[in-house]
Amino acid sequence: MTSIGTGYDLSASTYSPDGRIFQVEYASKAVENSGTCLGFRCKDGVVLAVEKLVQSKLLVPGSNKRIATADNHIGIATAGLLADTRHLVNRAREEAQSYRDLYRAPIPAKMIADRVGQYVQAFTLYSSVRPFGVSTILATVDKTGPQMYMIEPSGIYYGFYGCAIGKGRQVAKTEIEKLKLTEMTCEQVVMDAARIIHSIHDDVKDKDFELEMSWIRDGPNPKHEFVPKDLHEAAAAAAKASLHEDMDED
Amino acid sequence: MEHGNTRLKPGEVDLGTTIMAVKFANGVIIGADSRTTTGSYIANRVTDKLTMVHDRIYCCRSGSAADTQAVADMVHYYLQLYTAQEGERPPVETAANLFRELCYTNKDGLSAGIIVAGWDKYKGPSVYTIPLGGSIHEQPFSIGGSGSTYIYGYCDANFRDDMTKEEAIKFTKNSIALAMSRDGSSGGVIRLAIIDESGVERIFVPGNQLPTFWEG
Repeated sequence: MTSIGTGYDLSASTYSPDGRIFQVEYASKAVENSGTCLGFRCKDGVVLAVEKLVQSKLLVPGSNKRIATADNHIGIATAGLLADTRHLVNRAREEAQSYRDLYRAPIPAKMIADRVGQYVQAFTLYSSVRPFGVSTILATVDKTGPQMYMIEPSGIYYGFYGCAIGKGRQVAKTEIEKLKLTEMTCEQVVMDAARIIHSIHDDVKDKDFELEMSWIRDGPNPKHEFVPKDLHEAAAAAAKASLHEDMDED
Repeated sequence: MEHGNTRLKPGEVDLGTTIMAVKFANGVIIGADSRTTTGSYIANRVTDKLTMVHDRIYCCRSGSAADTQAVADMVHYYLQLYTAQEGERPPVETAANLFRELCYTNKDGLSAGIIVAGWDKYKGPSVYTIPLGGSIHEQPFSIGGSGSTYIYGYCDANFRDDMTKEEAIKFTKNSIALAMSRDGSSGGVIRLAIIDESGVERIFVPGNQLPTFWEG
């Protein structure tokens, strides 16, 4: 629902008469216009997939990745203003490291989600700064197993089994809801992730895109890494094939 | 350049001490003597050197009484914060590393030899020793304080992995009694605590009920 906040939308330190902070809501718009980002928490880990829109054929493939690592056991995928993303990822890295320095243990999932959430929220308090135009999906594995959190520009965060942010999130969410994630393994989910990203990509409005996929799997030393090349290519190929199948139906 | 003064200041209260922690099948036994001295005067002959930093994590203090009390108080605070934020008991390793961080960063000004022992749901029972420089060592059992030097041989000869609770109590009690009888800075009563999943049990051994050995 779009409404004009005339007069009450000039700074983040102003409430509207109906109790809204328009600057924070506008920040979400920056997220909604960005390339889609999906997260899946499955039986043995968490999978992240990003539709990385490519503005020009001159760009080196694989540069400017949208998926980052904040610690061995923390993966971050974002939608929104890319520059804001980098700042948040940096902060997440510092928070994870400062926890390690004090407690000599990896930061638990709900704590890193909380710290990032608190940080994002701090920028919604003052008129001298602007809120982050970023929604962040954190994929983590800690002592209690795989967990996934999504933090919005307002600083609110929730734990999810499946989530989608960015342009194609409505369609993606419907697709994700069809999956029985708690019974699937990461390898199975990767195939569906690639398929969903390909199916929501709008060839008319956006020209080209790169599919980025990463996972972090449960185990004694969980490590966030990009999906191995062969599995990535198999998933992408299967996704493209299933698209053509749909189009040939009578 | 000053060689880093970790000696007690003149007049400072000293936990001369024998302290000990032993891991057994399902828990840990910690024990200490009860003598605190200022020079040759025994300032407290019934000291409790076994200090709780969390429900299932205790530390044994040796060195400067002031330094070790201050450090233990800070670790107690940090662990309360940890519990409030994480919603569960901290692992013993976390507590031990908090001690290490304080002892290492302030090594020039502290005189503290601490043994951290307890039970947590991830590793079960564990013992960590943090000697003067601020290094950390996980061990199946650990002895510390001035009295410990007299019982290295006894402990090495008598320790076994996976003792029963009763065997571990006997081992700890005997070791501390032997140290107390040879070290002038250790004496008084023996205080023991048994920490396992179900809680902490304190045992008090008065001076006239100490195990005796060859007295000459």
